[in-house]
Amino acid sequence: MERYICAIVLILAAMVIALRNLSKSYETAEGRLEVLRGIDLDLGAGDSVALTGESGSGKSTLLHLVAGLDRPDSGEIVVGGRDISKLDDRGRAAYRRTEVGLVFQQFNLVPSLDVAANLAFHAKLAGRHDPAWENELVERLGIGPLLTRYPEQLSSGQQQRVAIGRTLAARPGLVLADEPTGNLDETNGDAVLELMLSLSKGTGSTLLMATHSQRLADRLDRQLHLRSGKIT
Amino acid sequence: MTTWTLATALLSHWRRRPLQFGALLSGLALATALWSGVQAINAEARASYARAAIALDQNGLANLVSPNGGSLPQSAFVRLRRSGWNVSPVLEGDYRFGTTRLRVIGIEPLTMPAEAQTVDLGNAGDLLSFISPPGTLVVSPGTAEKIRGQTDLALRVSDRMLDGAAFVDIGLAQSLLRRDGELSRIVIAENQRPGLEPFGALVPALTVREPNAQTDIEQLTESFHLNLTAFGLLAFAVGLFIVYSTIGLAFEQRRPTFRTLRCLGVSLRVLAVLLLAELVLFALAAGAVGVAIGYLVASLLLPGVAATLEGLYGASVPGTLSLRPEWWLSGFAIAMAGTLVSSAQSLLRLMRVPLLAVAQPQVWGRSSQAGRRIQVLAAAALLALSGALLLWADGLQAGFGILGCLLLGASLLLPAVLSGFLTVMQRTSSGALVTWFCADTRQQLPGLSLALMALLLALAANVGVGTMVSSFRLTFVGWLDQRLAAELYVAARTEPEADRLRAWLATKVESVLPISSVDAEIRGQSMQIFGVVDDPTYRKHWPLIAGLPDVWDRVASGEGVLVNEQFWRRERLRIGDQLDLANDWKSTVVGVYSDYGNPKGQVIAGINALTSRYPQVSRLRYGLRVQPDQVADLRASLSGEFGLPPDNIVDQAALKEQSRRIFDRTFLVTGALNIFTLGVAALAMFLSLLTLSEMRLPQLAPVWAMGVTRRDLALLELLRPLVLWLTTFIAALPLGLALAWVLLAVVNVEAFGWRLPMHIFPYEWVRLGLVVLAAAVVSVFIPLRRLAGLAPSELLKVFASER
Ligand SMILES: Nc1ncnc2c1ncn2[C@@H]1O[C@H](COP(=O)(O)OP(=O)(O)OP(=O)(O)O)[C@@H](O)[C@H]1O
Ligand SMILES: [Mg+2]
Repeated sequence: MERYICAIVLILAAMVIALRNLSKSYETAEGRLEVLRGIDLDLGAGDSVALTGESGSGKSTLLHLVAGLDRPDSGEIVVGGRDISKLDDRGRAAYRRTEVGLVFQQFNLVPSLDVAANLAFHAKLAGRHDPAWENELVERLGIGPLLTRYPEQLSSGQQQRVAIGRTLAARPGLVLADEPTGNLDETNGDAVLELMLSLSKGTGSTLLMATHSQRLADRLDRQLHLRSGKIT
Repeated sequence: MTTWTLATALLSHWRRRPLQFGALLSGLALATALWSGVQAINAEARASYARAAIALDQNGLANLVSPNGGSLPQSAFVRLRRSGWNVSPVLEGDYRFGTTRLRVIGIEPLTMPAEAQTVDLGNAGDLLSFISPPGTLVVSPGTAEKIRGQTDLALRVSDRMLDGAAFVDIGLAQSLLRRDGELSRIVIAENQRPGLEPFGALVPALTVREPNAQTDIEQLTESFHLNLTAFGLLAFAVGLFIVYSTIGLAFEQRRPTFRTLRCLGVSLRVLAVLLLAELVLFALAAGAVGVAIGYLVASLLLPGVAATLEGLYGASVPGTLSLRPEWWLSGFAIAMAGTLVSSAQSLLRLMRVPLLAVAQPQVWGRSSQAGRRIQVLAAAALLALSGALLLWADGLQAGFGILGCLLLGASLLLPAVLSGFLTVMQRTSSGALVTWFCADTRQQLPGLSLALMALLLALAANVGVGTMVSSFRLTFVGWLDQRLAAELYVAARTEPEADRLRAWLATKVESVLPISSVDAEIRGQSMQIFGVVDDPTYRKHWPLIAGLPDVWDRVASGEGVLVNEQFWRRERLRIGDQLDLANDWKSTVVGVYSDYGNPKGQVIAGINALTSRYPQVSRLRYGLRVQPDQVADLRASLSGEFGLPPDNIVDQAALKEQSRRIFDRTFLVTGALNIFTLGVAALAMFLSLLTLSEMRLPQLAPVWAMGVTRRDLALLELLRPLVLWLTTFIAALPLGLALAWVLLAVVNVEAFGWRLPMHIFPYEWVRLGLVVLAAAVVSVFIPLRRLAGLAPSELLKVFASER
């Protein structure tokens, strides 16, 4: 209950994201690979922002940092007034559970759960399970006939819609999407993006989406371009 | 591309996965080891039965015997010989040399057919010393060691002799056994002159006994060896399962390599031949290790097996293993066969599956819905068959059939039961993590089910056999208290000494209970007849199972006899049945008593009835009833007065202690095999978990990303096998009890001839449960450590890489 109230409070507080001088590098066999070199970025509540850049420019890396999946070498990631890069394992897990929703390039549904259970999974973890809202999502995503199937029995497009549904069912304040339409053809991709935009607008979420497609990027409020580890 | 380059490309897989490689080799080696170990033990025992068979009558020749099993007159032999029959006389009986009891077999070397001559007495000097007084005993080296100094007779040692038996000249046998003019049987040689007068006309009182295909000992011990083989087979199957799943996974993981090689122009045939060669290489290496371990296991177990066989069946088997080259060969053969069987499916898939099909190591081992249904149906059929056998079949084979069907059926049912249990849990829980936990565990079941089935079998065998042995022990100890009622047991060395002893004792003790017995053949079985005096000791203590109310009066008056349980069951006797005890001695069965650990049938008659038929019966041994506090004094004065050696005066406590020790030693092997099987099952479980843990990341990463800490995930990963182990353990308890019941009420009755009450020992379950828990924790330790040390970047790779 306590957690539930906490979460509501967090959502209601305007979600503001501020990245300050963020750097990240990887150790590789050829030496140090500096992927992000001092990123500065501000996102307001309800913004929808596209992140573009060449393959290997560090889009996924940046999203993973903001999602609290990885730690930066230096810099700050302030979300809702708190630097999440300073949190411990448990704190970051709680942050991921209650405040962020991720749509991965590969969807990454939980293989052992059927579609219905996948859909409710994140919402339940976040303590915001809301069957009415889930039903509405199922309706709008058109996945009603798939509810008892398992992820391996779905096509890419179907998995994608389930993954989006799973994220939105939890009503996260921040939706991070990593090329969510990368595996879809143009028409399907457009339809899915449209749906995601309208749904996240409906919940008042902030959306940060990495994409290769200029056409898709044009549909969002703002565009950021990653080059040589900096935002241009 | 040269073959060598190809081979290194294929083999590099194992270099990158040393654990998988270790699993493969150890599974194969263990399977081979337990299999060949058990085979070695069985072969050694069978070899010694064959020796026994040659020594004791069972040489494949027909014999003339008396139809009621008594002895026959020597005159019959003389008549046959005179009318031209090629026959030879034999007299057998037990004789004590000091404290050692030997089976004395009197033969006549001159007429003995060559087929039946165990020991070559062809040398004229040897022959002469054998047949002329004082005479020679031909014995095994072990027996010679025991009786040296206990007899004036000359000893001749022969390797071909059986322990515990001695060949002597028939004249000497007749005087030792005090059976002048008597024979046990007459051996009929195979080659006879044509046109002889038939036996029916010459010796109408005798019947021809055709040779047995199987020796008595072989028949008796069959169940024990069947048991041992079953254990060996169980362990072998469990070991092979490890091999099967490792090879399957390795093939699946190497599919991309195979694909690349094929695209580079390597033909399917070359690829298959190379893979086969690789497997053969592994089989040879693991086979060598396995046979070595098997030899070690066998030589460690053999003394225990020898004790069991001796204790339960009276079969004598040497406690040392001789190394036979055929074991090496059969060990390699079984390793090879095992490898081929467990890799056949993978090789076939390699040939069939299209070149470009995607490898799916995660799906490896996942069974289909239809497969699961067939499994449940097969389980139900087996359980039904087991019940049907219990109701309508009898015999030892049926007993083992019941056991086999029960165990196999129950283990086939296990995955369905576990899956059902998890489904119910998943349905009834509302928490996201619990739901996921159940669903995920259920998804792993197919990959673990063979290991879990093996575990169930091993645990059930443990509970079942443990319950049987403990029940047996409890009953046995209680029975010993009844049976060994006399405080002191004393044995005189000669008959005159015995007479003096009786006279001396008359005033010193409350009662003197003579222990006199003769060997007899009743209803075609070799038996002992004991004579007892009428004494309150028997009335109060003797462990009667059934009997008339005045049974002891009837025994004392010579009107009736008691029989032991095994004889009673074997012959399906009833109280009131008539029994032919000797030529002119018939009596009525008036009671039955339990007589555990005795392979032979036994009859108890009144002492007067016995001595009037067998006046020469030995009267050397006595049980003495005294006040317990006088035992030490009496003992001292006995040895002072008569100079009896310590071995000839045994008190009750020492005897009980010795019996208990023999009992415990008897079941040592069972315990050891139990532990081995459990160990192999635990190893299978461990390896399966390890294999599965390599495929866990795609399952765990999304859950982690949605905000479950790595620590919580690790705890859940620990909990999963614990839940599986424990539910399997709980399922094993009723199965084990059913097993124990079948062993006690069906198999034991068939194998030994006695039925035991079943007792339940929950404390032993708790102990087994703790062992299981410890094993479960150990089995998840490595996979868990791997997970706990997992860096976020490893988990992140899941999101970046292709599915
Ligand atoms: N765990 C890692 N270890 C080493 N190098 C890494 C790791 N993860 C990413 N990289 C490297 O960092 C760089 C940025 O990778 P990232 O996945 O962020 O790129 P991206 O912009 O998402 O590319 P794409 O559009 O292809 O998805 C790449 O050069 C990649 O090879
Ligand atoms: Mg990327």
